[in-house]
Amino acid sequence: MKKNKKIKIILNGKPRSLQKVISVYELMRSLKLSTEKVAIELNKEIINKRTIKNLYLKNKDKIEIVHFIGGG
Amino acid sequence: MRDFFKIANKKFNSRLIVGTGKYKNFSECAKAIKYSGAEIVTVAVRRVNIVNKKKPLLMDYIDPKKITYLPNTAGCFTSEDALRTLRLAREIGGWKLVKLEVLGDKKNLFPDMIETLRSTEILSKEGFKVMVYCSDDPLMAKRLEDSGAVAIMPLAAPIGSGLGIQNYTNIRIIRNQTKLPVIIDAGIGQASDAVIAMELGCDGVLINTAIAKAKKPFEMAEAMKFAVIAGRKSFISGRISKTLHGSPSTTNKGII
Repeated sequence: MKKNKKIKIILNGKPRSLQKVISVYELMRSLKLSTEKVAIELNKEIINKRTIKNLYLKNKDKIEIVHFIGGG
Repeated sequence: MRDFFKIANKKFNSRLIVGTGKYKNFSECAKAIKYSGAEIVTVAVRRVNIVNKKKPLLMDYIDPKKITYLPNTAGCFTSEDALRTLRLAREIGGWKLVKLEVLGDKKNLFPDMIETLRSTEILSKEGFKVMVYCSDDPLMAKRLEDSGAVAIMPLAAPIGSGLGIQNYTNIRIIRNQTKLPVIIDAGIGQASDAVIAMELGCDGVLINTAIAKAKKPFEMAEAMKFAVIAGRKSFISGRISKTLHGSPSTTNKGII
């Protein structure tokens, strides 16, 4: 895998450019988000948070990071 | 004997479940929950705000170790969306007790019972304990029970309408035909509506808008707490039968 390649992903519905290929773990760190209290979905599949260090993002990946908010 | 509220073998003291939506902020919401005495609150699953991470978090105000979070599928109009939402909710922190709500009508927010039934079956097979928002149709309630639901949650009236219980008969029939807890979900407007729900024999009431949008949410939260307690006690105490004519409260013996 070429890690220096620029890629574009869709993060929570919005396009985002990444300067290089990074793992989901690195993405979470760059967003300053804790993996606790959230769930992560990659291309509509829920991912095991324990595996995100070795899970690298690809071009056009769609990632959703969700948590709990107030609701009825 | 303590009169516990049991859902999926878990015991609760309070029979009032409250929603956490529509409040001005989380601190108002947390305070209202305290006043209501609720031990279960519904929560929604939404995208994390990537841009503004300083926005307060629900979990910072309402401790999931002290209050049972009940993830809900509010806003889902298809079985697919509801399943996705609850699977994500489970991933956030292992929640298996969930509330399913699949809407079919944007104007009245009535449940789509066909999608609801389908989702209940799938979720139950996946090990979820599913509390199901449903229409006040006894046949559908039975189908849900057969599909593995752990609680039947018929609406009193449209969500957020505050109209109170519209169909006493169906609610009583649903209550009498099932062993599952029946919880009135949606449509409560004031404390007397909650009393009636409990006096009809329902096991609990879920309220959001009636508290969150009251002029004084904390007072209303407390009113709902007492209403649910009063209604429940009234129901289990065995009311007197109704008679057309009067019967004196004082004996005539020894009258002067």
